[in-house]
Amino acid sequence: MRFASRKTGVAAAMIGISALALSACGQAPEESIADADNSDYIGCIVSDSGGFDDQSFNESSHRGLKNAEADLGIQTREAESKSNADFATNLQGMMNAGCDMTVTIGFLLGDATEEAAAANPDNHFAIVDFQYEEPIENVKPIIYDTAQAAYLAGYVAAATSKTGTVATFGGIKIPTVTIFMDGFADGVAKYNEDKGEDVQLLGWNKEQQDGTFTGDFEKQDRGKQVTETFLSQGADIVMPVAGPVGRGAGAALNEAAAAGQDVKLIWVDSDGFETAPDYKDIMLTSVIKTMDTAVEEVITQDVAGNFDATPYVGTLKNTGVDIAPFHNFDSEVSDETKAEVEALKQAIISGDLVVESDASPN
Amino acid sequence: MSENKRVAAPKAQNDLFRKITQGPGLVSVLGVIVALVIGGLLIAVTDRRVIETAGYFFARPGDFLSAVWKAGTQSYVALFNGSIYNSAQGFSPFLETLTVSTPLICAGLGVALAFRAGLFNIGAQGQIIIGATMAGYVGFAWNLPIVLHLLLVIVFGLIGGALWGGLVGLLKARTGAHEVILTIMFNYVALYLLDFLMNTEMFRRPGSTNPISPVLGSSAVFPSLPGSRLHLGFVMAIALTIFVAWLLKRSTLGFELRAVGHNPAAAQTAGVNVARATILAMAIAGALAGAAGVAQVAGTEKVLTAGIAGSLGFDAITVALLGRSTPWGTFFAGLLFGAFRAGAVNMQISTGTPIDIVLVVQSLIVLFIAAPPLVKAIFGLNKKKRKTRSATTMAGA
Repeated sequence: MRFASRKTGVAAAMIGISALALSACGQAPEESIADADNSDYIGCIVSDSGGFDDQSFNESSHRGLKNAEADLGIQTREAESKSNADFATNLQGMMNAGCDMTVTIGFLLGDATEEAAAANPDNHFAIVDFQYEEPIENVKPIIYDTAQAAYLAGYVAAATSKTGTVATFGGIKIPTVTIFMDGFADGVAKYNEDKGEDVQLLGWNKEQQDGTFTGDFEKQDRGKQVTETFLSQGADIVMPVAGPVGRGAGAALNEAAAAGQDVKLIWVDSDGFETAPDYKDIMLTSVIKTMDTAVEEVITQDVAGNFDATPYVGTLKNTGVDIAPFHNFDSEVSDETKAEVEALKQAIISGDLVVESDASPN
Repeated sequence: MSENKRVAAPKAQNDLFRKITQGPGLVSVLGVIVALVIGGLLIAVTDRRVIETAGYFFARPGDFLSAVWKAGTQSYVALFNGSIYNSAQGFSPFLETLTVSTPLICAGLGVALAFRAGLFNIGAQGQIIIGATMAGYVGFAWNLPIVLHLLLVIVFGLIGGALWGGLVGLLKARTGAHEVILTIMFNYVALYLLDFLMNTEMFRRPGSTNPISPVLGSSAVFPSLPGSRLHLGFVMAIALTIFVAWLLKRSTLGFELRAVGHNPAAAQTAGVNVARATILAMAIAGALAGAAGVAQVAGTEKVLTAGIAGSLGFDAITVALLGRSTPWGTFFAGLLFGAFRAGAVNMQISTGTPIDIVLVVQSLIVLFIAAPPLVKAIFGLNKKKRKTRSATTMAGA
């Protein structure tokens, strides 16, 4: 037994080595000198403990920086925080590395960013998903009025639900999460009001500002459990606002769909049809926050010397937030609903309709 | 109380526990070296430039070899520059290392002390959380004069940890429940308790709906060395190390703890109150972990958040293992891990090496320590040598 496994090991090693040898026969590239005018500009990013692969705002903001690197030819530095204790250290590291612009992600980095900005008044900062009560002159907040887009998603969900029950849940009860749920709740309520229907929403009560949360942005099995509970209570459309935990919801809905149930998923942050293809067969739409374009835009402005600290607020109007196309479900959403959603969108853009949430940027 | 419900672990299992937690120090040193070498290789094979040059290895092998060398050495040089010394900042990175190692040392001592009493304390994480929660609350909610405020913050932090640890000791002594299960579950209880508290008005910053506490009052935080993050908590860590060394070596309680750790049944026969020793060992271990929570909340963070403990409680287990469960061994292991942590920041920023590599190195260290025969086989240490060495460390400890 031992002899056999050793033999297999040797064989595997031989195959590995020959594969390596074959793959090593490529042509050496010409030595080239990259031409870039902005090569002395350093754009930097510090994640929160979610890391740059969180399928949520860290990943999206990081993509923005990488796009800026490719489009503008700037240098980049990145630091992932493994815990809250790393925030200050990472920011100090960025200062030592000579960063011109440092993007930090999430409210947890608020204090650390404020401190670094005060200690380094000549450096520029941008913070995603957080706004200070008192603006700081070298920190640009990048925030989103997500309720606007979530409102449209709520309306569509209510209009498409066959059981008359839809659901949402969050990862942790923080404003950047509850703003999705507030908008969603209002969208459902709007549909009920306009159509005289009584579509129920599970998982969030806007008045009480309370609902269902899985407790973190990591444990996908919790998302699965919660979704299964919603399904057993009659919901057929679920919107998880929980980063990677949303995959748990996707898995539960996929299983239900495989068992013949007519269920749908609403993704958040990016167009899930593209970023979470495992669930594209059940993907009704997504509530998009375009953090990548915002981050790239802020850096582009800073490179051009046009930095200012006025918050970037993503809205339907500037397409900072939006709802994704219906993709596979395009035929299932009636033309009437599509027209109504478009009308609502225009009303929000023009300011005739105001979507309010406790968590809205002020 | 006098009735001992604890069933003595079978001898072989007990031996293994001791071998892993209290074996010879040389294994630690060699384990670190092997882990660093493997880490270097991992850095090299995951390096973009190395992968690129491997593609045309036969056309220009020099590129590949220099890329491998560069990737490995540059990362470790950056690690050193970020943790000990660099020409631009002098020794200020070393101050950062001391800062980062402070909670690791405190919590590591807690785990080490429990190890010596034969208890596998996985609960440092929960004890840190409860310690930090109580210390933090005193820090931001109360208004007290300078010195007194900080003292109370420390005392409440220690009490919080001691309660959380002592409760496990009590349950174990009274019901015979296993401490590993208890501490793991207590970690969850502590974590979700803090999660819940951070969403109450009592703990939230006024006017904010984010789960983050107000900043601790300036009278409640450790004074820090100007121009660095190093704070007085490091002195506390040194003092605690001296205390634990004294406790284990010179005090009656320490003797009892070690006796229970060696063989509970024999200790019982010799007249040691095993239940009392278990409760006290867990309470003191908890208090030490609570001190780590204090170092976090009153030293570096200055606010309470749900993530206040990070992964400290689990790193502390590694630190205690690496330090062979001796107080000073734990102290230096804490410094080493602090250096890894501080240096890793510089490494990922200046060379783009993912910070996860450092976690891999840390995990490899544990692996090699937990499997001493592996390290011994790699370095060809013979059995005779090991016997004398472990005999001396046992006498020395």
